[in-house]
Amino acid sequence: MAIYADSNTRVVIQGITGRDGSFHTHHMMEYGTNVVAGVTPGKGGQKFEGKVPVFDTVEEAVRKEGADASVIYVPAAFAASAICEAADSGIELIVCISEGIPVLDMLRAARYVTDRGARLIGPNCPGMISPGKAKLGIIPGQIVEEGPVGVVSRSGTLTYEVVWALTSAGMGQSSCIGIGGDPVIGTDFVDCLDAFEGDPQTEAIVLIGEIGGTDEQNAARHIKEKLSKPVVGFVAGQTAPPGRRMGHAGAIISGSSGTAEEKIAAFRANGVEVAERPVDMPEIVRRALNG
Amino acid sequence: MNIHEYQAREVFRQHGIPVPPGEVATTPEGAEKIAAELGTGVVVKAQVHAGGRGKAGGVKLAATPGEARAAAEKILGMQIKGLTVTKVLVSPAEEIEHEAYVGAIVDRSNGAVVLMASPEGGIDIEEVAAKTPELIYKESVDPRYGLLSHQASRLAYKLYAGDASRARQASDIIQKLYASMLDAGASLIEINPLITTKSGELKAIDAKMNIDDNELFRRSEIAELRDVEAEAPEEVKARAQGLTYIKLDGNVGCCVNGAGLAMATMDLVKYYGGEPANFLDIGGSSSPEKVVTALQIITSDPAVKSILFNIFGGITRCDDVASGIVEATKEIELSVPITIRLTGTNEDEAVKILEAAGFSAMTEMDEAVQKAVELAKN
Repeated sequence: MAIYADSNTRVVIQGITGRDGSFHTHHMMEYGTNVVAGVTPGKGGQKFEGKVPVFDTVEEAVRKEGADASVIYVPAAFAASAICEAADSGIELIVCISEGIPVLDMLRAARYVTDRGARLIGPNCPGMISPGKAKLGIIPGQIVEEGPVGVVSRSGTLTYEVVWALTSAGMGQSSCIGIGGDPVIGTDFVDCLDAFEGDPQTEAIVLIGEIGGTDEQNAARHIKEKLSKPVVGFVAGQTAPPGRRMGHAGAIISGSSGTAEEKIAAFRANGVEVAERPVDMPEIVRRALNG
Repeated sequence: MNIHEYQAREVFRQHGIPVPPGEVATTPEGAEKIAAELGTGVVVKAQVHAGGRGKAGGVKLAATPGEARAAAEKILGMQIKGLTVTKVLVSPAEEIEHEAYVGAIVDRSNGAVVLMASPEGGIDIEEVAAKTPELIYKESVDPRYGLLSHQASRLAYKLYAGDASRARQASDIIQKLYASMLDAGASLIEINPLITTKSGELKAIDAKMNIDDNELFRRSEIAELRDVEAEAPEEVKARAQGLTYIKLDGNVGCCVNGAGLAMATMDLVKYYGGEPANFLDIGGSSSPEKVVTALQIITSDPAVKSILFNIFGGITRCDDVASGIVEATKEIELSVPITIRLTGTNEDEAVKILEAAGFSAMTEMDEAVQKAVELAKN
């Protein structure tokens, strides 16, 4: 098992002929992901790398190839529309890698996805990987290993750092999900926590947060109320100054809220152990797994 | 992106929100002239991207043009939260009966724009939220339908219960405020205070607008409002190269790929007893040119005593970063030690490139951070 995507997931790539799209599709296929179609309007009829059919619309990819998940690599200006198109075409899982989508566009796109019963991961995220099964996005395949730890994170390379530390210490992962660094995202920490809770492969969960917003605080309360599996937290940005956007559009301390301190305190108050450094994570997870 | 009060007022004016007249001056003489033309007592206000202008002495009343000149003399050149004031807005002093607050933000937890109004205007709305949260009224805007007029009206009648004239004005202003937000691509927009004059008219006195950076590509008229002078020059230079740089007060210069890892690296510098000099994210596809710019920016900060590279190669290729470092050090004379940590995609090639140029590379983040912090103490 794993969450959200596995070897049966039939993936369509929106923006498959673009620079980023083609590069990452190649790596997704190399990893063994079941990529069944690509979409680039105006390029329908082509084949990607001689085998994957390219369509003009997602609707065709669903009808002809049975795609049920989509990964989006289109430029920011068209990404919100791509998300809506996927949801409207019956795609169940939409992973949007694109960054730089205007937040006012995302408010509508996120609501549109929810109204159609689809799940959105991202935008502005590294996507997800279920080790040994499927990679939907850009998380490097060589740093993961199949195993019992579920990983959910708002970050990209920081996730790789932690995942690699876990893998190096002999602890593989069930699924790794990067939920994205924007203020408005689809799937959040609480959604992923619930999915990991219900996944028999997952025995412990690693949650990597950062400054900005209240997602971590909500997650902390949810863990105490609803989760039986152990969760280990980490929060980046203890040295970040208030009022400055630390790269991610969502990573900004506004007024006195959204600080790393506040989030760490919320985790601890709800019985969630917090790693002080990424390097401490494997030992804490090991104890959690053995506990 | 932040825009100044006078710029936000202009956006309001274009949308029909009542805003008093006023102009911007960059010299005391200019302020005097504007005050003389207005022919009334004026208020002289610092135009700077920082809150708490009033408390810092950046807002002054002036009864005569001469006083306006004196006020501008004091305010221009003043430092407010580390930013130098180069512009003042000169506007008629209003006779204020009442001050309210209206604003709108993107509420991330709700996935909606939330409009807020409070009869307790003129002060920091966060203070109101902390002390008297019951005095902040809210309406959540369903993104499918936009702001509905009954919502604006409901807020307006909460603000001005029993006063239909003011409530009608407020309802109109709230709808125009929401339209301004959408048109400008703002993630936050505020009128604080929304005043009532002696004659019962509502006017927007202060205007605040934060523009979503992701909107700028399709709103050139808003992008042009960026006041490069009001920003740190290194940050402007970094942005031009697609890097994100934020200067901090420490002495360990950090260059990292990815925002989350960059923050975690800064935290680790602090953990080992150092202070980060900056946040710098070189992003995903880091070409050698980006690395060159990054090093130029870091070394232009005289406080930097030690430089730390922390790269986790995924999309970012370690050999690209290594080439960039070697390239940069041909162009820039490095006077401080550099510690390089890289691991992941094309790590072996990177190590070869670096070693051929006389650098060494580390693979563990903690070891590298500790070393960089040590070196900064020498």
